[in-house]
Amino acid sequence: MPSEKRLRFKTLVMVLAMVVCANAGDLLLKRGMAQIGAVELTAHGISQAFRQTMTSGTIWVAIFFLIGFMVSYMTVLSWADYSYVMPTGAFGYTVLTLLAVVFLHESVSPRRWVGVVLICVGVLLVGQTKPRTTEVPSEAVA
Amino acid sequence: MRVIVGLAILILGSTGGEIAITHGMKSAGEPARLRPREVLQFLGRAVRNGWFWTGVPLMALSFYALLLLLSWEPISLVIPASALSYVAGTFGAKFILGEDVNTARWAGVILVCVGVALVAAG
Repeated sequence: MPSEKRLRFKTLVMVLAMVVCANAGDLLLKRGMAQIGAVELTAHGISQAFRQTMTSGTIWVAIFFLIGFMVSYMTVLSWADYSYVMPTGAFGYTVLTLLAVVFLHESVSPRRWVGVVLICVGVLLVGQTKPRTTEVPSEAVA
Repeated sequence: MRVIVGLAILILGSTGGEIAITHGMKSAGEPARLRPREVLQFLGRAVRNGWFWTGVPLMALSFYALLLLLSWEPISLVIPASALSYVAGTFGAKFILGEDVNTARWAGVILVCVGVALVAAG
């Protein structure tokens, strides 16, 4: 595969990993905290919530995904432009909306659908530009 | 006034933090291959980079500003307004990181910014 194509491919794979990890992490965190219930803002309530979160399997899986997001984010920024990664990562909003419709059967307002379409067009526009426009000090050839 | 200051800290903090982290990751050098060993070595270099530790407190400051803003204003105002960080980030990428932001990328960023604001507003 030519280097330009390979660079674009591995950048998009990492952005996809970012989106999947961030969404899965957020959804699992939400589910884990819902299992624990509303946290009372007292010293006792906070310490109890801390114990419950530390022993919740769902929260630990969420943390695993959020670490995955951070690792993929840091890694892709080591070679790709920030102005490329940041907007393409917004694709996650469209994934979340589609997941909400398909799996949670939520109704989505027309305004939100317009937003989803604008994000998709914006991501397509950014996605066709060069992922890297600056020189990168490389440890080795990627 | 405090909302404008809060939004400025939210947007500039997250943008400044991410730009510092981007600079740190570029300085650390990309991993030779996307295998666990090479990625772990890269992460080791990355967390020893000063720019990474400049970015983290800036992002923490931005998060604190978000919490304050959410306690003052409805989420339907705060989250769409924070979408401006896409535009601020692109300015930072162009003028601080020296990235070549062409017309197509600018158009894409503005569409994403408006789209995220609309999605977040519900």
